[in-house]
Amino acid sequence: MSLTPFKVPIVPELRKSTILSLLAKGLRTSERDLVTPRIVKVKTGVIERAEGSAQVELGNTKVLVGVKTDVGAPFRDTPDEGVITVNAELVPLASPLFEPGPPDENAIELARVIDRSIRETNAVDRKSLAIIPGSKVWVIHVDIYVLDHDGNLFDASMLATMAALMNTMLPDYEELETGEIILDRGKKTTPLKINKKVLTVNIAKIGDYLVVDPDLDEETVADTRIVVAYDEEGNIVGIQKSGPGAMSREEVLKAVDIGREAVKIYFKSLEEATGRAE
Amino acid sequence: MGKAVGVKLIDEYGRRHDGRLPDQMRPVRMRINVLENADGSALVEYGRTRILAAVYGPREPVQKFMALPDRALLRVRYHMAPFSTEERKSPAPSRREIELSKVIREAFEDIILVKYFPRTAIDIFLEVLQADGGTRTAAVTAASLALANAGIPMKALVAGVAVGKIEGQLVLDVDEIEDGSGEADMPVAYAPDIEKITLFQLNGVLTREELEKGLNMALSAIRELVELEKRTLKEEYVSTEEV
Repeated sequence: MSLTPFKVPIVPELRKSTILSLLAKGLRTSERDLVTPRIVKVKTGVIERAEGSAQVELGNTKVLVGVKTDVGAPFRDTPDEGVITVNAELVPLASPLFEPGPPDENAIELARVIDRSIRETNAVDRKSLAIIPGSKVWVIHVDIYVLDHDGNLFDASMLATMAALMNTMLPDYEELETGEIILDRGKKTTPLKINKKVLTVNIAKIGDYLVVDPDLDEETVADTRIVVAYDEEGNIVGIQKSGPGAMSREEVLKAVDIGREAVKIYFKSLEEATGRAE
Repeated sequence: MGKAVGVKLIDEYGRRHDGRLPDQMRPVRMRINVLENADGSALVEYGRTRILAAVYGPREPVQKFMALPDRALLRVRYHMAPFSTEERKSPAPSRREIELSKVIREAFEDIILVKYFPRTAIDIFLEVLQADGGTRTAAVTAASLALANAGIPMKALVAGVAVGKIEGQLVLDVDEIEDGSGEADMPVAYAPDIEKITLFQLNGVLTREELEKGLNMALSAIRELVELEKRTLKEEYVSTEEV
């Protein structure tokens, strides 16, 4: 069941009119133009225990992603492919808006949008994750941990997920005669095979304006948002309209074009942090 | 979700596996007033996909602390019946159902005139009785009819349809076989009378050109669906008056 949120941050009317009057002049409260994201910082390998990890700061939004790997059974319809799961936790320490408990609809939506972008593009080479096709495959768990919420969890989480996957090293293992797999978690030597890099751009519609990477105030006053995922060739690899309002056909297409330019900034940050430039 | 391996989904004449043309919908059926207790209800079919929608309200919210001082609270539940799919679906809400309930609710937040009914709740319950692709978009269409049937004021009627990409070609109203082996699935909900897109998702890969073409395909189909909604509503009320 989905309910109209009744616990929403209160943005004073004054703040809303400030945001709107600035937008009319092409400015934003965070001192940037409409199509530029906040300052991005990407750091990989931040959790030594994890097989892969990354922390992303997007302005004041902080997201940590850890990748853990296990050996498990494949899905019946894809016996020779590994399994990837994406889960997001809106940890209560990250915002007064978050409550402890199982993932709510916002966390589930966040995880599923990111999961789809990775899955549909085959960003992680799932075929390379088969250990014994049909019975033993790698299971890759991506856990998104939001640490500080100042809007646009989508882009920060996607960027952190991609960086963490590129940072992931699979543990060494020994295959016993019984078919059992014994992991040596202390030794990680095989990098996870990445086929494609995918990132999202979140665009908010505030009045008649479309703004890239909304902060929390902007998200709160926005009519609606659209999150578009792109690969490096500029193909559109996923879309989610998220938020209560509506958009015209022209606004949707314009947002897709704006995002396509903005995503280059994110790709550059990813490349600098991972050093795995092609 | 069955993956049809090695099956041609579009033949050399451009016909799809069920004989449809790329821009052709499955047979659509709409009925309203199908339930006694609900304030409004509708049954919508896109081919074998069958959705039952019920609307209750505006009424007092079950949990009173949730009431909003300036508007009605919307509650939406999209749910699949355990027997609606090839393999039994557990009746517990899945992550998919939780997400779809959210995007469907958001498709109506700006359509229903919620400011007219402060401190109340409007409930939209959507049951997928049979799933054959396009359930979320058919559910939006059913919800729109049920809301109108309940007499809840709206800015405009809404309908939904999904455009897919199979074997490199854009096709309208994908069914389960096409969705299972397609390259992209793009569900859209639209209110033609106010020219607003209220639900929009893309699962898969499209170029910028395909996106625009696919969106146009969806919007023109939705214009026809909303015309059909209007006819369904008018006929119901005409026949009621004539009794």
